[in-house]
Amino acid sequence: MREPVRAERVSEHLNRALHDVLAADPAVHVLGEDIADPYGGAFKITKGLSSRFGERVRSTPISESAIVGAGAGLALGGDKAIVEIMFADFAALAFDQLLNFASKSTAMYGRPVPMPLIVRCPSGGRRGYGPTHSQSPQKHFLGVPGLSVLELTPFHDARALLEDGFAAGRPALLFEDKVLYTRRMFRDGVVDELFRYEPPDRPDGVVRVGVEGVTGYDCTIIAPGGMAHRALEAMRELLLEHDVLCELLVPARLYPFDLGGLLPRGRHVCVAEDGPAGGTWGAEVATRLYPVLWGRLARPITLVSAADSIIPAAPHLEREVLVHAHTIRLAVLEALA
Amino acid sequence: MTRTPVSPARPPLEPVAGPAGPPALGPLDAADLDRLLLIRHFENALLRLFGEGLLSGTTHTCLGQEHVPVALNPLLREDDFTFSHHRGHGHFLARYPEEAPALLAEIMGRRGALCDGVGGSQHVYHRTFMSTGVQGESLPVAVGMALRLRRAGHGALACAYLGDGTWGEGSVYEALNLAALWNAPLLVVVENNGIAQSTPTERGMAGTIAGRVAAFGLPYRRVESIDLAAVRAELAGPVAAVRKEASPLVVEFVTRRLGPHSKGDDTRTADELRRARAGDWYERYAAAFPRAFAAADATWRGYVDDLVAEVSSRPPALWTVR
Repeated sequence: MREPVRAERVSEHLNRALHDVLAADPAVHVLGEDIADPYGGAFKITKGLSSRFGERVRSTPISESAIVGAGAGLALGGDKAIVEIMFADFAALAFDQLLNFASKSTAMYGRPVPMPLIVRCPSGGRRGYGPTHSQSPQKHFLGVPGLSVLELTPFHDARALLEDGFAAGRPALLFEDKVLYTRRMFRDGVVDELFRYEPPDRPDGVVRVGVEGVTGYDCTIIAPGGMAHRALEAMRELLLEHDVLCELLVPARLYPFDLGGLLPRGRHVCVAEDGPAGGTWGAEVATRLYPVLWGRLARPITLVSAADSIIPAAPHLEREVLVHAHTIRLAVLEALA
Repeated sequence: MTRTPVSPARPPLEPVAGPAGPPALGPLDAADLDRLLLIRHFENALLRLFGEGLLSGTTHTCLGQEHVPVALNPLLREDDFTFSHHRGHGHFLARYPEEAPALLAEIMGRRGALCDGVGGSQHVYHRTFMSTGVQGESLPVAVGMALRLRRAGHGALACAYLGDGTWGEGSVYEALNLAALWNAPLLVVVENNGIAQSTPTERGMAGTIAGRVAAFGLPYRRVESIDLAAVRAELAGPVAAVRKEASPLVVEFVTRRLGPHSKGDDTRTADELRRARAGDWYERYAAAFPRAFAAADATWRGYVDDLVAEVSSRPPALWTVR
């Protein structure tokens, strides 16, 4: 008897997507620190690319500003560029290139200038890497005209997401929760024995996770891809232990945020993210949703985020700061109480 | 629409012998003189317009530095990509003198502006010319563009202008490192005018540009002359090598800024200003080619006056937020 084929890991999925994107389009380049073989990148996401695609895949010096700028230069000249920032925290070193060059150039010359540039940012904690290697800095890149903020999820096809990002002609950051790399992709609409999902209607659209045949929910959780497993765990416990029925919406595009016509079906809404409290993505999502949901919301949208804190290195201290499944579960229970 | 005057093609002017002074100038093409004078009068007109309250925001003139892009112009090809910065009008006009009306309209926010009035003085994109307003920002971009051009295989290069003040920015060194490692056909043109806004170079730069370039093992040239023919003779070979060998080159022009950084913000003493004006190409070329210079000078002064009047009369630029 043959064993059932398991879904690929997110890291394998993303690596395959990069291989496919480079194979399909000779204009695509990949730049990043230590991305060449045999090392293949700090998280092995670029493994095999330099062996197969030669100079189109370059290991770079430690120079986030220059490599994002060089990617923008390639894009300006008619190529397409994917830049890997080894840890999302270091995207701060390239902020000028993102804020003042790549994103502004799409519009500040009075006409659309395509800038097919995707900056990949392995993000998030729960690995004990400490304060400068564990952040989820997505919120710092929200609200930049011309700049898209995307996040990898275990539901969305990575190749489609990359190609769609290039086609949009505006630079994008793609955040990738490092813990997600080791998890497996979901497929065929099945999450587990309880939950099913509807695939997105477009590569960067919203995935809806719920219980088959159910349309009314106690709560709709909205969470980016890196939070999806924790949200699912919370939903399972809420259903089995508290009889609270939740659905989950997972967007691949955090900014500009758009539910794409999918309205939350819960009587309450909770937005969960792993960035620190204050000026958050969740606040942006809530602001976008209030005008739409005002008439039927019984209480304010609940925002779940990490503590307003740096992220300690010691695992037991790090746990105090970041969002867990139980953080979401308690927030939903408290809101519905 | 004001038409750009075009000098008829004729042999280069030969300089008249002057009294003992600075070294004699080489021959001068009428088209070069046209470009020099267009830029000079264009920039003077901007300062006048500022004084009259007719320009908004800020703008930075290149008075005293006009000869740099004019000297480089024939060394650059149509498909070379030029990156300029906040003091870029001269870089643009040396390449596209016929677009002077569109540039002025851009700076004044009038109809017919190069970038619909969105970019203004500091952010211009036209064909293979782009300027940005953040110091050092375009050098990494130029490296990426140079890689792209090298791959295309036609021998085009990326040319990036920098000021001396920009050497305080880390991006410059990141980009030079990449350019050296990756054999990028990148021409870095440094206009060292001795002052960054209000800070003299000696108070803003430890060591020298030559020393910093040497640290990356890159070829370097220092140019002090304002003589277009001499500058070209010196740089033709090295610039050709950038194309042929796809290797970066840094050229430092020792130059002078006659005007303020932006508008009324010149803190230099009268003596410092007098020293800056000494050796200005305008005086030297006027002395060496008195008749041809005077005629061309009058032509371009009149052209820019007409241009200012014509562009000023245009309706405001139109742009839709997007």
